[in-house]
Amino acid sequence: MIGSHYPILQVVVPLVAAPLCSLLPKSKLPWLFATVISWLTFAISLALLVQVKNSGALIYELGDWPAPWGIQYYIDTIGAFVLVLVSLIASITLLASRELIEKEIAQEKHALFYTAFLLCYTGLLGIVATGDAFNVFVFLEISSISSYALIAMGENRKALTASYEYLIMGTIGATFILIGIGLLYMQTGTLNMLDLKQRIHEVDGFRSVHAAFAFFTVGICLKLALFPLHHWLPNAYAYAPSAVSIFLAATATKVALYLLYRVFYTIFGFEFSFDTLHLGYILLPLSIIAMVISSFTAIFQLGVKRLLAYSSLGQIGYMTLGIALETKAGLIASIIHLFNHAFIKGALFMCMACLLSRLHSTRITDLAGAAQHMPWTCAAFVTAGLALIGVPLTSGFISKWYLVLAILEKDWWWLAVIVLFTSLLSVVYIWRVIEQMYLREANSHSANIKEASPILLICTWLMVIMTIYFGIDNSYPVNMATHAAEALLK
Amino acid sequence: MIDYLINHYNYWVSILLMMAGLYIVIDHTNLIKKLIGLNIFQTSVFILFISMGKVDGGTAPILEQGYSSFSNPLPHVLILTAIVVSVATTAVGLALVVNINRCFQSIDEQEIEKIELEEE
Repeated sequence: MIGSHYPILQVVVPLVAAPLCSLLPKSKLPWLFATVISWLTFAISLALLVQVKNSGALIYELGDWPAPWGIQYYIDTIGAFVLVLVSLIASITLLASRELIEKEIAQEKHALFYTAFLLCYTGLLGIVATGDAFNVFVFLEISSISSYALIAMGENRKALTASYEYLIMGTIGATFILIGIGLLYMQTGTLNMLDLKQRIHEVDGFRSVHAAFAFFTVGICLKLALFPLHHWLPNAYAYAPSAVSIFLAATATKVALYLLYRVFYTIFGFEFSFDTLHLGYILLPLSIIAMVISSFTAIFQLGVKRLLAYSSLGQIGYMTLGIALETKAGLIASIIHLFNHAFIKGALFMCMACLLSRLHSTRITDLAGAAQHMPWTCAAFVTAGLALIGVPLTSGFISKWYLVLAILEKDWWWLAVIVLFTSLLSVVYIWRVIEQMYLREANSHSANIKEASPILLICTWLMVIMTIYFGIDNSYPVNMATHAAEALLK
Repeated sequence: MIDYLINHYNYWVSILLMMAGLYIVIDHTNLIKKLIGLNIFQTSVFILFISMGKVDGGTAPILEQGYSSFSNPLPHVLILTAIVVSVATTAVGLALVVNINRCFQSIDEQEIEKIELEEE
């Protein structure tokens, strides 16, 4: 019985849990509560994935109101896939976060931190689960507003200015999406995504639909941090509390990418987006610039968290590049990289959290000789770093492999060269960190530094093992991505 | 031409407000003024939505004898939600500015940037 209500439970459970969490007393309880809730929602997302696999896309009508009048939740393969990804990463992050939060955030704010975290998590799940265009805007703002608060809790005062900048850019982006929704509603009279998909073809010659398309493109690319709209991201990731960096780096831009798939493939449809309005012409150059410039910028960063943030911008370039190829193979490569990169970046930021908990700094020069005292953390960083570069036997290789295959299918060998060249750039910036960790003498005052706590290490290695596992046995993500891409292109 | 301008005046108003708001966000260095600009920008979108639902000669959508034409209430309801979102954003933004002022002793973007650069 309850199985039929999973789509709404997925979103409502953390939403209801968030305010309850703020009422809990100052103790371990808020952490325990948030962690239990996140694992519970992870279980729900797994159940949803099984349901979608067995019986196809799920449609859930809120309060039993029929479609164009009531709000509908719509979960297909890509949706279920992203839900599992987001909830798994949130669960691992929350499990690891207790120690980090105790060090980085004042005791009286703990309950509020977990409340904001759960709200942000709710927002991200909601964007994925909903089938209603206006609902997307509401969930987008729930997740954004709580993430502004989360980022502002960072120890460094620069966290405040980073958060402020994100607030300005994020609000402009969300408002652009709102304008897009409004213009579509004006022409079609519906907000339901499946309904929009049907009706948009009757009105796709109208200027207001074209304007809506433009507003959606800019708004989503702002949230996605695609070059040149990326300026808010590096500082936000670098100065946020470690747990927040891990969670946002691994999920927030991925959900924005999901929204891009949803809007341009499901609502507008492939033909309108790519053949009539040539979205690929915009995404292709921007993705290439993002890949090259962000990777170069990453090389010159002094702080490793900022370095990883710039690397994320480059990786987003790979994902949008897959879309810009305008082929099924490209879309599959994009989805696979979305999945793999979430674990790779999650693992790398998790290593940063481990290092920060012992060395109290992630400046590149302060990591000198870290491998002597923290061998497990550094080994995890090396493995995840290799995955980021795309070395065989790691999941990063699978992503690059499918991306390059998709490019060669179009005979754009020059583009394949650029992709390989940017991979070389990532060798350079990852090597800079590894060199400090392994080849430099440790600072004299770091003699009594111990390995990070077991729970942090377990969570880090959990993500690292995922990247290795999906590098060797890639059948699961590849099948999922193929299935999802077929459904999106239909 | 004049007719065209007058008949679409609701769009002109919202476009004017939208551009004014965006300009303030981009041009001003005072963090509070930026937030005010952001508010004007959002408000312009609310006006766009609300004016969209108006039907000429239409009345409130309550079934009553003698009325046959109704304005669409849905955009109004949507904007009610969007106003709440905008209030929340402004509240978080102002809270951030208060904290920025406490930590940097300034709410001017360029001065803060200077302080941040000196730190590095």
